[in-house]
Amino acid sequence: MLTEFGKIFIFILVAILFTIIAIYAAKLIRPSRPTKEKLDVYECGENIEGTPWVKFNIRFYVVALIFLIFDVEVVLLFPWALTYQDYGIYGFLVGIIFLVVLGLGMAYEWRKGDLEWARPTPKKVDVKFEKKNLLQTNSQINVESEN
Amino acid sequence: MNLELILFLILTLVAAFSSVMVITRKNPILSAVYLILNFFALAGIYLLLNAQFLSVVQVIVYAGAIMILFLFVIMLINTENEASILADKKPIKVFAIFIAVLVFAQIAYLIFYSNPAELSNGTIENLIKAGQIESIGRELYTTYILPFLIAGYLLLVATIGAIILAKKKFE
Amino acid sequence: MPQNSQEILLMLPHVVIGVGIVISLLIEMYSKKSETILPWISLFVFVFAGVHSIINISANQILFGGMLEVGGKPAIFNFIFNIGAALLILNSIDYIKKYESNHGEYYILIQSAILGMMVMAGSKDIFMIFIGLELMSIAFYVLAGINKKKSSSNEAALKYFLLGAFATGFIVYGIALIYGVSSTTSVDSIIQNFSTFTQNILFIVGLLLFIIGFSFKIAAFPFHMWVPDVYQGSATTVTGLMSTTGKTAAFSVLLIILSASLINYNIDIFAPYFAVIATLSMLYGSIVAIAQKNLKRMLAYSSISHAGYMAIGLAAANSEAFSGIIFYLAAYTFMNIGAFGIISIIEKQNDANTDLTAYAGLASKSPILAAFMSLFMFALAGIPPLAGFFGKYYVFISAIEADLTWLAVVGVFSSVISVYFYLRLVVYMYFKESEKDIDLHIDKYSLLSVVVSGILVIYFGISPDSLLNLILSVVN
Repeated sequence: MLTEFGKIFIFILVAILFTIIAIYAAKLIRPSRPTKEKLDVYECGENIEGTPWVKFNIRFYVVALIFLIFDVEVVLLFPWALTYQDYGIYGFLVGIIFLVVLGLGMAYEWRKGDLEWARPTPKKVDVKFEKKNLLQTNSQINVESEN
Repeated sequence: MNLELILFLILTLVAAFSSVMVITRKNPILSAVYLILNFFALAGIYLLLNAQFLSVVQVIVYAGAIMILFLFVIMLINTENEASILADKKPIKVFAIFIAVLVFAQIAYLIFYSNPAELSNGTIENLIKAGQIESIGRELYTTYILPFLIAGYLLLVATIGAIILAKKKFE
Repeated sequence: MPQNSQEILLMLPHVVIGVGIVISLLIEMYSKKSETILPWISLFVFVFAGVHSIINISANQILFGGMLEVGGKPAIFNFIFNIGAALLILNSIDYIKKYESNHGEYYILIQSAILGMMVMAGSKDIFMIFIGLELMSIAFYVLAGINKKKSSSNEAALKYFLLGAFATGFIVYGIALIYGVSSTTSVDSIIQNFSTFTQNILFIVGLLLFIIGFSFKIAAFPFHMWVPDVYQGSATTVTGLMSTTGKTAAFSVLLIILSASLINYNIDIFAPYFAVIATLSMLYGSIVAIAQKNLKRMLAYSSISHAGYMAIGLAAANSEAFSGIIFYLAAYTFMNIGAFGIISIIEKQNDANTDLTAYAGLASKSPILAAFMSLFMFALAGIPPLAGFFGKYYVFISAIEADLTWLAVVGVFSSVISVYFYLRLVVYMYFKESEKDIDLHIDKYSLLSVVVSGILVIYFGISPDSLLNLILSVVN
């Protein structure tokens, strides 16, 4: 007797076996002639520079944290989706309250600009200052011309 | 030997092997990858125990979201000083061993000296039913409705807190 | 789920705070003036919830099918939490302007923390205890680090988070063992079968882990290492909230264990544990506080020793101790909030003004602040006609009744030591010449908060029966 999970397990088993067999069969068949270039880390044909270990921006971490929180929300809503019909309007409302409270967290994040990524902004030119300079030079020119 | 026992043995072996690998690897990324393997093996054990929902949660939340956080933290910290961080931490190691022995003794006691009939109430059918997502949903939306709603607030506070503490102004 | 309108009415404090959080968040998102509106919303919410709880104190009911208790004992705790928080909100209105950002979130997080505490105090299910504890703790972790520009604040948040999460781990592990033995999460059924469960060693281990986790949260001695740095590094108003209402919430859970041993005719297996904790906390807190030059740090150590005095009651484990601890918590909350309120006023212009030297000559600069500060210091030291004295008195009496006279003697001894550092501040304020030039800016709301706390401390001291009778009416 095979349960539904048993079928899934057979799928997983076949997938794992298929990958392992494919990799090792290839290893047995293919010729092996390593050179230094072949063993290097592939970097778009360039010579390797530095370690691949770069420090991430902390912003990625915030996104990952938010993802975790909403992942938990999804997990909690999954049982709700299956059973809310049994409890009528009451069951529906409970889910909605939960969703609204968590949606507020999302809206807050959006509103506070945490979903907008820093773009390179062109350096602003101080227009007033430039104008003043321009006027000054103009007046100087005027003065000079008067002279 | 029935199929379940064989599966259980395979999964526990994978879990034990991967947890040993997690704490012995020098490269933290490798440790994290073995931790994912460990989570999957645990999810399989949960399935064998008829805790299907827990198994799904294990894969979605732990192997998915929490591992991403782990990897981010590993990438955020400077690993060049890793050796110096780990060296000269003998008290921590002794403490860890102490805790591990304590937990192990407690689990051993639980398995060998306490009567399992006391611990579980209900028939096998009831236990199978209890792990199903529908029955968890029913419990969650009747008995545990208030903790569920407060969990919503908990997640909201966690969101706000994460944004406040990790936010960096870009000027 | 609530069945009728009366039950919804009793739930109102929780509902109002829950709605308050949502409204505050919306205002924070869409209003530019959020920092002037939010204090008043939170103040309204807290005053409403506090007053509502104390009015409906006799309507004791258990809602949501054995999840949440309203009225009775939780009502007293709700009163302490909400009025304490309201007083701190009054303090914060001016104080929080010191920080550059996150003013709105500050109020939202305080409301969430108080909601978590109310859930903890009223919980009749282990799940509720845990989720309320987490709601409170996570809000506090963030509040500790809300001043991101100050490195000591960041350090406080990190330390608090790491050790707090560690303690939570203990609690969860304990809950797992308790559930494994008892097969139920209902607090009532665990209490009723307490004597049968305690024959199982795993239940006792689980309960011990649970208690150790909460010993972290009440800042008792061997688990106190986070207290000084966190209390000093956080914003003063946040410290005031953590040290008073946070401690009260943790004690409200520990009292459940006390009531378990009361109902089961004193199967008091944890009395030795609490006696040791109490002795060590009292002596350690009082002795180390003497060496402190920073007032916030000094009050942190005093908070450790006060946790010790309250733990005497847990060790005594009789009905006098039960009401005594609740009285002590109420008294401690108001005198400590008053003291932190004054510190926040003095500290406002300059962070360095938390040193004792900043208080030199305060009596000539601001007689009213100096007078109230002395009042709170006398109350914390336990000088007779004030609330602090009766808190200690009831707890010591309960210890003597439980044949733990030595514990009461240690308590009195430790109080005598603590008089030294509390009165040193008074000496600084009245008899020292001021060295620093502090420009004092006393805003009317902070002053109102300090005055209200002072009046409550005097009132509970002059007529302790008023509060004690209220507590006794719900405990029995």
